[in-house]
Amino acid sequence: MEKILQVNDLHISFDIHAGEVQAVRGVTFDLYKGETLAIVGESGSGKSVTSKALMRLLPTPPSRIKQGEILFEGKDLTKLSEKDMQSIRGAKISMIFQDPMTSLNPTMTIGKQIMEAILKHQKLSKEEARKRAIELLQLVGIKNAELRMKQYPHQFSGGMRQRVVIAIALACNPKILIADEPTTALDVTIQAQILELMKDIQKKLGMSIIFITHDLGVVANMADRVAVMYAGKIVEIGTVDEIFYNPKHPYTWGLLASMPSLDHKDTELYSIPGSPPDLLNPPKGDAFAPRNPYALKIDYELEPPMFQVSDTHYAATWLLHEMAPKVEPPAIVRERMKRFADIVARKGGKPRG
Amino acid sequence: MARYTIQRLVYMVITLFIIATVTFFLMKLLPGSPLQNQEKLTPEQRAIILKEYGLDKPVPVQYVQYLGNLLKGDLGVSFQYDNRPVTELIGDRIGPSAQLGFQAIVLGTLVGLVLGILAAIRHNSWGDYTATVIAVIGISVPSFVLAGFLQYFIGVKLQWLPVAFWEGFKYTIMPTLALSVGVIANTARFMRTEMLEVLSSDYILTARAKGISNAGVIIKHAIRNSLIPVITILGPMAVNLMTGTLVIEKIFAVPGLGEQFVRSIELNDYPVIMGTTLFYSALLIFVIFIVDILYGIVDPRIRLAGGKK
Repeated sequence: MEKILQVNDLHISFDIHAGEVQAVRGVTFDLYKGETLAIVGESGSGKSVTSKALMRLLPTPPSRIKQGEILFEGKDLTKLSEKDMQSIRGAKISMIFQDPMTSLNPTMTIGKQIMEAILKHQKLSKEEARKRAIELLQLVGIKNAELRMKQYPHQFSGGMRQRVVIAIALACNPKILIADEPTTALDVTIQAQILELMKDIQKKLGMSIIFITHDLGVVANMADRVAVMYAGKIVEIGTVDEIFYNPKHPYTWGLLASMPSLDHKDTELYSIPGSPPDLLNPPKGDAFAPRNPYALKIDYELEPPMFQVSDTHYAATWLLHEMAPKVEPPAIVRERMKRFADIVARKGGKPRG
Repeated sequence: MARYTIQRLVYMVITLFIIATVTFFLMKLLPGSPLQNQEKLTPEQRAIILKEYGLDKPVPVQYVQYLGNLLKGDLGVSFQYDNRPVTELIGDRIGPSAQLGFQAIVLGTLVGLVLGILAAIRHNSWGDYTATVIAVIGISVPSFVLAGFLQYFIGVKLQWLPVAFWEGFKYTIMPTLALSVGVIANTARFMRTEMLEVLSSDYILTARAKGISNAGVIIKHAIRNSLIPVITILGPMAVNLMTGTLVIEKIFAVPGLGEQFVRSIELNDYPVIMGTTLFYSALLIFVIFIVDILYGIVDPRIRLAGGKK
């Protein structure tokens, strides 16, 4: 498959009074044409920073890209001028943000906000841009588009606003859509509608999606591939089936174990003990080691490299080293893995990927 | 919107009535009378004059009479200026005051907005600090102190501008400056704070993610949204400006309404005090009304909420 975006060894730091916060510490991944890559991780894992860095939307200072490259259409985005970047933002790479209640300008009509993006990048007359904006509103499932164009954000519900935000992002048929927790602020039924809409649009327009989320349920529903981030690094990356059926990193196990499900036998939901490390002073060795019940001695000394599990599946844990003791995932994850396998078997298919 | 406007108009009339009442009784509590320092008058002459102006009747009767005249648009005649009607006096004196006030508010808000916006954009740079220092000075130094400084340095030492009087545009510059500094400071301070907040909001990020240039983001998205709270302080600032003109006109010997107002209080010229107070109040209420309308223009949420009522 064709690679559309390559991120190589990306390091992003924030310079604050107390020192340097290393929010992203060497992230590497590829994005293929037409796929959905989910980036998951808890708050502060660097997933949002990574996604904003791809569009160079982080304020500099305090942030800076310390090292690494973001290759898109033969250009390194980290080295582009602000002006060149502006011609990419919204045209080739678009972004949807978390909270639709605040991500639209309250004093500008919806129509103007969509047309602004169109007029910026395409040589269209106002009238043509207006027509295109109406088409976009219809595409994202907003009825009475003509009338809605003249309305202001406060006349829309949360779900409708997120549709408008998506319409803005799609204004110029971007190659890549970055969605930073686009459904977190919505209630569950609306969430499902928005996810459905995104899948639908992806099918129609064939763009690649980077989907930032902490909701593994959403990941299972949306993603082709998953990257699990912890403390500014990708600790495991693979196809959605590999991550759900054959997770290798203890952190991924923890995430899966802490996912609620309907047939939960235990009354109490599992949670990973402890809290993420302070990235002002990142720990030596594996950042997850202090919270990891399976941590080996070497985890405290040396950072694990990415071990290859399959062509598409990599994980950064010493447990994959040939000399490491054989460790089984926790019972709850094994059970879950088995359950997933059963579901797939019942459907008569085999796991994707 | 129409209903909203009518509602506001009714409130304005009620407010004016209350102000008229309160001012009337407050004025009656002032010590002295219009005839003080007139030792040459005999008690008989005094009584005749008091009767002539209706000042011999009990205060409640005077009040009712006053309200009756007020409804007819009659503000009475001045005691000090050859029995000239108060309306005519105000008409004669309003010119310089209005010009001064208008120049000061236009200069003040424009410069203030620009300073505030620049300070926010160049957040934490020397430009920001300069604007902040100007704002702090402008807020803490009273206009009459500044007026004195301007007169001394620019008027007397440098002789660039005339120190006082009202004989052309050159004469308006220093009083306008003295008056507008407070407005500049307040506007700049509010605009900077608001702008910083707006610039860190999500919809600015959305706009930047669309590929809009920094200048475009500020002009199209940030300024309008920052203006909403700044409009709020326009009302109080207009008050400051009006009270400011009282003193400034005196200092620069401007033949305006404020200067006359101060004189009429000193002389217990009741009709002029009443008339001018009412005039100022009406003006102020009108400014607040305009501010409310401006709100609706800038912020669609307010406009529509008002319309649905």
